[in-house]
Amino acid sequence: MPWFRKKRPQFENVPAEERRVKTEGIFVKCLECDAALFKPDLEESLQVCQNCGYHFRLDAHTRLSFLYDDGAYEELDEEVISVDPLEFVDSKPYPDRLKQAQDVSGLPEAVVNARGRVGGHLVYAAAMDMLFIGGSMGSAVGEKVTRLIERAINDRAAVIIFAASGGARMQEGALSLMQMAKISAALAQLDEARLPFISVLTDPTTGGVTASFAMLGDVIIAEPKALIGFAGPRVIEQTIRQKLPKDFQRSEFLLEHGMIDAIVDRREMRDYIIKLLNFMMNPDLNRAPETEMSMKASK
Amino acid sequence: MAEKENNEQNVEPFDQEKGNRTAFERVQLARHPERPYTLDLVERLFEDFQEVHGDRRFAEDPAIVCGFARFHGLPVAIVGHQKGRDTKQRKIRNFGMPKPEGYRKALRVMKLAEKFGRPVFSFIDTPGAYPGIDAEERGQAEAIAFNLREMVKLRVPVIVTVIGEGGSGGALAIGVGDQVLMLENAIYSVISPEGCAAILWKDAQQADRAADSLRLTAEDLLRLNLIDATVEEPDGGAHKGHDETAQLLDVVLSQRLAEAVSQTAGFRMRRRYERLREYGRWGVAPSSARDE
Ligand SMILES: [Zn+2]
Repeated sequence: MPWFRKKRPQFENVPAEERRVKTEGIFVKCLECDAALFKPDLEESLQVCQNCGYHFRLDAHTRLSFLYDDGAYEELDEEVISVDPLEFVDSKPYPDRLKQAQDVSGLPEAVVNARGRVGGHLVYAAAMDMLFIGGSMGSAVGEKVTRLIERAINDRAAVIIFAASGGARMQEGALSLMQMAKISAALAQLDEARLPFISVLTDPTTGGVTASFAMLGDVIIAEPKALIGFAGPRVIEQTIRQKLPKDFQRSEFLLEHGMIDAIVDRREMRDYIIKLLNFMMNPDLNRAPETEMSMKASK
Repeated sequence: MAEKENNEQNVEPFDQEKGNRTAFERVQLARHPERPYTLDLVERLFEDFQEVHGDRRFAEDPAIVCGFARFHGLPVAIVGHQKGRDTKQRKIRNFGMPKPEGYRKALRVMKLAEKFGRPVFSFIDTPGAYPGIDAEERGQAEAIAFNLREMVKLRVPVIVTVIGEGGSGGALAIGVGDQVLMLENAIYSVISPEGCAAILWKDAQQADRAADSLRLTAEDLLRLNLIDATVEEPDGGAHKGHDETAQLLDVVLSQRLAEAVSQTAGFRMRRRYERLREYGRWGVAPSSARDE
């Protein structure tokens, strides 16, 4: 049994814009079109508004259950948790923030690692959760994602990461920053091993997460209308001293500028990913990385 | 919860006074308007510098300078952020804040170094990657991410020195190497102290407090095992003597380069990965709690 309790998130301490589907009540109001949505229908449509297509934010476990065959997966690396390496001075101590994040999200850390089958393929997937300090990346997130990638290299498997993050976690300073390099290094090895990395960008994906693994997918997919960028809109507005257009840094904007491969509706996401894996998981090519260059040169 | 920190050994306690200078005093020294910038050090450390321009994709970015030169006779490649000294230069250099084309130019030159078997010297001095509409449109995040992954794979020695401001991802994007050095008063941080204070206390004026919290000095980074060495500056800071700063740096760069050159590419790349792999301090949840 997992050591950490898995009960559904509590929303009392969460700001309104972070709230997702209320657990009580029969109807849920769409955050985009205000339509009253019948809860069982909304669950049926994977938390996508049937009226306007708005994608509600998902918690990490729901996200993973939508991906894996029969919704079944094994959670990994849940023992890796954050500490307070900088003794960070803040209005609220970092250990208290961590405790609160665990209570609010029901998760030990901002990312959940998993192993299971997707369309029959062995897949190591990670899903980030915005309820855990804004999905921020500190040392524990960096370590977990790195372990996930290394496991995939060992087992000749695919990696899929669902990004949802405000960026690097401030409370761990440069340690958080360096996780960008650490994960990218692991992805370099995955790349050399000719194994797939599918990056799925969900609302929102910004900062150090975008500027590292999220943009390094062999294929990069985004959910519709997700906010995706390096700098946050507020920082850009302060820099250029003007308001940004409404569609700026949304999935559709990135697609238009050639930065992502496709925008995929959540209800089609699993099928889309399975087709990609069918293309990418080629047993004939799964051989040791050092043979690649030398073989080409000697022929 | 966290009973034991499995990767934390022999960590000395943080000390607020740090060699008689506060963290925020270091921040001010790192940003000092008379501090030597990349080109000031390049002209003192290298011979025959030939600057090359452009990313072959979109534009030239003057916020990053690149080129070839000789270091004690040995041909090398150079990449570095470049700040401007006066108002006009600051504008041209965009305050040392690169756009995607700057990072792509830097990677292009580093790949040339790899092709011709020449070491790379990288100099970091930026408030951060430029946060603007055009930079976002052209893939600022992708440019940074791609550099991180590709620099890991470079087969030639890469020696990185943070000479002033190491501003977040915009600094790290040319900062992956075999040796990462920091000048004594340089800083390296995930966010500016002002930005941090604005988020934590809704008050950018409390930047000095944030600077302490963030552990962004060279000593802090060394203690956190994120860099390999700190490099002494002249009394009062690097701005007091560009020549002396270059001389002090030259000694360390020569020694670190000699070491890197003596190693095989395979050894260097393994070590580079192992160094990155160690980055971070996390905990392990107690096993008793996991059995419940
Ligand atoms: Zn709707």
